[in-house]
Amino acid sequence: MELLPTIWFIAIAVLWTGYLFLEGFDLGVGMLMRLFARNNTERRVLLNTIGPVWDGNEVWLLTAGGATFAAFPLWYASLFSALYLPLLVVLVALIFRAVAFEYRGKVDSDSWRARWDWAIALGSFFAAFGVGAALALTTTGLPLNANGDREGGPFAWFSWYAVLGGLAVVCFSLLHALAFLALKTDGEVRHRARSWFVRFLPVLLLPLAGWAVSIQLLAGKPWTFAAVAAAVVAAAAAWFLARLGAEGRAFAALGAFLVLGSASIFGAVFPVVLPSTLSPEFNLTISNASSSDYTLGLMSIVAAVGLPLVIAYQAWTYWVFRRRVSAAHIPEAHSFLPAIAAKAFTTKG
Amino acid sequence: MDALEIARWQFGITTVYHFMMVPLTIGLGLVVAIMQTMWHRTGKQEYLRMTKFWGKLFLINFIMGVATGIVQEFQFGMAWSEYSRFVGDVFGAPLALEALLAFFVESTFLGLWIFGWKQLKPGIHLACLWIAVVGSLFSAYFIIVANSWMQHPVGVEMIDGRPVMTDAWAVFTNNTALVAVPHTLMGALAVAGGFLLGIAWYHLWRRRRDGIDTVDADGNVVPGEADIPGRDRTDHKVWIRSLRIGAVVAMISFAGTALTGDLQGKLMFEQQPMKMAAAEAACHDGTGFSVLSVGNLGSGNCDDIVALIEVPGILSFLAKGDFTTEVKGVNSLLDQYKADYGTHLPDNPIYGDRAGQEIQYVPVMEVTYWGFRMMIGFGGLAALAALVALWVTRKGTVPESPWLMRLAVFGILAPFGANAAGWIFTEMGRQPFVVAPNPDLNGIDQVFMFTAAAVSPGVSAGELLTSLVVLTAVYALLLVVEVKLLVKYIRGGIVSAMPELAHSPVDENGDATPGGKGGPGPGKPADDVLAFAY
Repeated sequence: MELLPTIWFIAIAVLWTGYLFLEGFDLGVGMLMRLFARNNTERRVLLNTIGPVWDGNEVWLLTAGGATFAAFPLWYASLFSALYLPLLVVLVALIFRAVAFEYRGKVDSDSWRARWDWAIALGSFFAAFGVGAALALTTTGLPLNANGDREGGPFAWFSWYAVLGGLAVVCFSLLHALAFLALKTDGEVRHRARSWFVRFLPVLLLPLAGWAVSIQLLAGKPWTFAAVAAAVVAAAAAWFLARLGAEGRAFAALGAFLVLGSASIFGAVFPVVLPSTLSPEFNLTISNASSSDYTLGLMSIVAAVGLPLVIAYQAWTYWVFRRRVSAAHIPEAHSFLPAIAAKAFTTKG
Repeated sequence: MDALEIARWQFGITTVYHFMMVPLTIGLGLVVAIMQTMWHRTGKQEYLRMTKFWGKLFLINFIMGVATGIVQEFQFGMAWSEYSRFVGDVFGAPLALEALLAFFVESTFLGLWIFGWKQLKPGIHLACLWIAVVGSLFSAYFIIVANSWMQHPVGVEMIDGRPVMTDAWAVFTNNTALVAVPHTLMGALAVAGGFLLGIAWYHLWRRRRDGIDTVDADGNVVPGEADIPGRDRTDHKVWIRSLRIGAVVAMISFAGTALTGDLQGKLMFEQQPMKMAAAEAACHDGTGFSVLSVGNLGSGNCDDIVALIEVPGILSFLAKGDFTTEVKGVNSLLDQYKADYGTHLPDNPIYGDRAGQEIQYVPVMEVTYWGFRMMIGFGGLAALAALVALWVTRKGTVPESPWLMRLAVFGILAPFGANAAGWIFTEMGRQPFVVAPNPDLNGIDQVFMFTAAAVSPGVSAGELLTSLVVLTAVYALLLVVEVKLLVKYIRGGIVSAMPELAHSPVDENGDATPGGKGGPGPGKPADDVLAFAY
């Protein structure tokens, strides 16, 4: 049993799950900017629920990527180079999305806002889809040769699992965002979010459940089958709790669904981190893709201190901004320029 | 262009671009934190306004650094998979630690700072900014540790053809990093200094142009007040203080870059002698420093380079600290490199079409020679301009000349140019290696990698070209947007960052404006849900 690579496999699974949990709702809120919000005030309500936290959430992605590089360089190298074009799409999507959050309100014009709203919505969609596709493919396999390089050209990565994984993360994010909005907003948005959550839960969880089940059929272990079953129970609980109006508990239950689903997927593929569809001999596993024990040991010590700290201060951020946001809180857009651009000045003194 | 060249262009373009945003983020973050601290301690309105205004510009720029930073982390795996496989055991750790220990801190606490003006107690709110700033410094440290390992690999042993970390302390206290970190941070401060100076000059000039500020017979400023929100006497204080802070920061940081740069240069003469010889276009062994060399610097050899002006002794001083030690020139280094690392790339599939080609050990000398000089030239020019600016504004305002104002505004670009030139010099000067060999340690002298071996073998030139075109186009578009927004907010002045000044008259008890006009200090935390809203 290789202890340190196993620990780091779990750590990376935790980082990805943390990413999907946290950025899940802000990616979903991004998509809902166009799908759900009905006017500019509602869009601003949506934006301000994630305003203080989205950037911190996104760092989970960087940390997952960086930790993969450090702990399993061969996994990182093969996965990222094989998925060159899909990851390019993710990068462009994340760039536009990030810039859009910050720049959307900086010019007081409807067309400016509309353009950035689309950047947020599409950026969130493509980021979610691309990340989902990449994660699905690392569990189902890529056409890798003995050196770990992709065979078959720029689109050889394509498989229906990529589509399933992409849809899984997009749909989960949408649902997670509805749960989050029900928890974080007040008034009309809150009630609509809750009713959408109840209405769309079954269909929105289907792709993620489909991915988890397909992985079980490919490589399941008894405990991961059990995790899938528990995930279904958590989803059902989320549905009932939302109907009862227990928004916080519904959100938590959906979180449990994600954690259990993710555990069932990562657990099933373990100890393979990236299967090769060309030959099982070329599979990357925790043993042949990992860094040395020295590096993993060092990283373990740092992560053991650092990760709980991150969770603590991020939790504190959510506590600081725990108040519900509603349309009434949204200040007017400022149009300061006419005041200052006026050329005629009267001076006194 | 083949895949390798496209991948190199892409890395160069995305990195230089990213590093336009990063130094401004680091430098301005520190300056804004100091401004807010001043406000916290004195309660003076001008410091609040400075915090808000420069903080707004800081955020417009910060987000671009964030957005382009993700590309940096991903492209090692995407475009440089062989590099990632080779160095992963030692190079991945600082990147992972940067995210875990630094970037998380920076992003989370900056979010708290942006949105927490009222939710947090003033002291805690200020502490959040300081924590974010310290996070950005650590971020710089970890990234430079990673980069320094490429310049000067330490702390590893070769096992099964790959360097494996055996001494983390050596990696994280690599002397290359210990001098590069302060050099980079000083370079970042230089950017912030020039930024403050240029923009503050513009506003002081505009106040004079609009007749708000006048000068008396002795040339001393008489600050005035216009009947326009934000354009009061405090506004004058904001700009003159910003200008002076900017000028002082610019001068200190130039001194800092010169001192650390000197240390770094001496180290580089030992660690990467070819890079430094190429920086000086020093072909033959000697002591002389070339002030101006002409000839075909790009020819890859030294045959037709003529040093028109050469100062004896200076090169030795730069390299060794005395005026007499002979410094090895390109020609003798070339023989040494050929003997140590071969004349041709091995016949190994990892080199693709380049297997068996002759190795060019001399970096592109136009780039190293002029890059080195542009770095120093732009940096020195900015510092000199700052000194002049301090003198010119000693009586409290700027001259009416629109040309001087334009010069000050364009001067903002000089430190950016110095930063870019420095990085281009040090990265291109490392070629043909992506991991330069470490001449100190005999035991690990196989720890090096030619750039030709680093690119992803499975990725096609078409994919790389697609990403190069897409990323360059997106970056160009966003640069236009960022600059337009910055210009808009700069022109808007204080009110653009503090719309409350325009909408409600400043309240005596300090409710409308936190801190109030000359009030006792930061306002008490109210329980507004949104102190700031997107």
